[in-house]
Amino acid sequence: MKTTTATSAVNGSSEPFTHAPPAASTEASQLTPADRTNLLHFMLLMRATEERALSLYRQGKVPGSFYDGRGQEAVSVGSAFALGPRDRACILHRDLGAHLIRGVEPGRVLAQMMGRAGGITGGREGNMHFGDHRLGCVGMVSMLPDMMPVACGLALAFQMRGEPRVAMTWCGEGSTANGQWHEAMNVAGVRRLPVVFVLENNQFAYSTPNDLEFAVDPVERAGAYGFAGVKVDGNDVEAVFAASAEACERARSGGGPTLIECETMRMHGHGAHDDMRYVPRELFEHWAARDPIDRYEARLREGGVDVDAMRAAVKKELDEATDWALAQDMPDPATATEGVFADSEPVLGDGRAPWSRWEEATHA
Amino acid sequence: MPEATYLQAISDGLREEMRHDETVFCLGEDIGAFGGAFKVTDGFIEEFGTQRVWDTPLAEAAIIGTAVGAAVEGLRPVCEMQFADFIACGFDQLVNVAAKMHYRQGLAVPMTVRLPSGGGFSGGPFHSQNPEAWFLQAPGLKVVAPSTPADAKGLLAAAIQDPNPVVYLEHKHLYRRAKGEVPEGRYEIPLGKARLAREGADLTVIAYGAMVPLALEATDDLEGARIEVLDLRSLVPLDRDAVLASVRKTSKVVVRHEATRSCGVGAEVAALIAEEAFEDLDGPVVRVSAPDVPIPFSPPLERAVLPQVDDVKEACRELLAY
Repeated sequence: MKTTTATSAVNGSSEPFTHAPPAASTEASQLTPADRTNLLHFMLLMRATEERALSLYRQGKVPGSFYDGRGQEAVSVGSAFALGPRDRACILHRDLGAHLIRGVEPGRVLAQMMGRAGGITGGREGNMHFGDHRLGCVGMVSMLPDMMPVACGLALAFQMRGEPRVAMTWCGEGSTANGQWHEAMNVAGVRRLPVVFVLENNQFAYSTPNDLEFAVDPVERAGAYGFAGVKVDGNDVEAVFAASAEACERARSGGGPTLIECETMRMHGHGAHDDMRYVPRELFEHWAARDPIDRYEARLREGGVDVDAMRAAVKKELDEATDWALAQDMPDPATATEGVFADSEPVLGDGRAPWSRWEEATHA
Repeated sequence: MPEATYLQAISDGLREEMRHDETVFCLGEDIGAFGGAFKVTDGFIEEFGTQRVWDTPLAEAAIIGTAVGAAVEGLRPVCEMQFADFIACGFDQLVNVAAKMHYRQGLAVPMTVRLPSGGGFSGGPFHSQNPEAWFLQAPGLKVVAPSTPADAKGLLAAAIQDPNPVVYLEHKHLYRRAKGEVPEGRYEIPLGKARLAREGADLTVIAYGAMVPLALEATDDLEGARIEVLDLRSLVPLDRDAVLASVRKTSKVVVRHEATRSCGVGAEVAALIAEEAFEDLDGPVVRVSAPDVPIPFSPPLERAVLPQVDDVKEACRELLAY
């Protein structure tokens, strides 16, 4: 057990932490066979859920537009897999895998997208604009990267209370051009906050390519703000996991923030209305040959994993989830003006943390 | 009861809350070693340390956004914008993230944003604004604007303990000019309750913040007319009952604020009265406010823009004669 002995800023206690996590291995080889199966499972579940949601969209059952993270499954799954139950997450719209890992059921995601009362926000929000606070998630807003400062605030609370916990948030490379991104990076660096920024460089901010977005690779900016930055193959789920586990461990042990740039590709348009005509065919094909699920599936099949059975189980789960979601009522219009103000203070709950090392901690 | 200035009352109120509740902390620019641009947090860093009195980088969006995150995680941040004007730089976090948080996902954001506001000292266009109306269009924010030292302390305590984001406007003109008796110890004045600053029968002046003492001064001796002065104290929630009750009593209303005219608090109050108390009126609802211009720097220009005591007197005389 690794313990840290910083004192609590809030109560002045010098007691060492009593809920320290296990020493995180930064070696992906520390993943057990069950962990590896889980990584593939959540990537399959993310893709299947989004495919089902797109189908519902095309049937006219999803109002507004539709946004997904096709091709980026390894980023959200690999990173969120490194989180512990008491860590907190501000998840982006192309990171359904992170929600699924934390414990959100696919049926509630589909109901959310269809604006049903049974969705995570009860119809107040659509798309991926949600965070189940009972699972330790704070939902994103459309302005990017607004959750970067918010994640800094979560991390600040952990730091002030002397808790070895981590706040993780995701951002696209497009948002690195926005001032709030830089304000958050600076604050994180100055305060050495226990925060992990997962930067998904999916090559385009809507239609704008990298070379029109920045003159310096975003990962280089981490050093300029005084903390660690690493770049990984965002289509290699174990590489993303390893970098994330190391970053979480760094944060927990007082080593400050990390920026992880995950090189990946958005394989669908910005939204379902976007035909991606601006994406060169060669570039698309380059990334299509590096599909994160295909790659990991081939590897696990070599190791004897029955991927066909996994796929069948995911399909069955989605069939049931779809039936459940379609059976949910639309929200009552009479409730539209309710809940603008809080009259109580629900606390953020803990999320599911399926990484086996966290299971050990939970049951220790 | 001891007497204190408005500034001292805010400072005392904040200190009381930090002593009372260990989850309360302050963040802002130059609030620590320097004690704040107006010295509200003077001595705080010595008592509470650098963790709870955080001298932030010059980054308003990060101040507000970090406070949002800390608030949903169970702390009660109190942000200081060095001047109310600078909230524009953190506006997005306040109106899009903080304000909508509970409606969208059921999470409380118990944070307070202190805004030293108002003009009258040649601060120019960026150190003089009264931006309260910006927040009336952002459902989910509460907005308070105390006018007396006692209210400043009690409303600050209530703002900090409220489960919602609260914008707390403290008028710079009152800081060292407004003096009054302030109860010792901590106490809360509930948000959304107006205060009758003076009872009257012939006409009501509705005001808040620095305009309350000026309204009292302007109507203290107005040819014997009995002028009621209603101090709104909270702009969100607005004490509709108190407004309507006063209208029904006096039948004539002047709404006074230092902020610009269009779509301001005066417009909202006038519309409320028109909708709910039209039959009780004996004259038009009159607004006395700044015109729709930025606040200029040079004293004669600034005086021409900001509502003066004589402007209120004239408006009241005309309405009394209506």
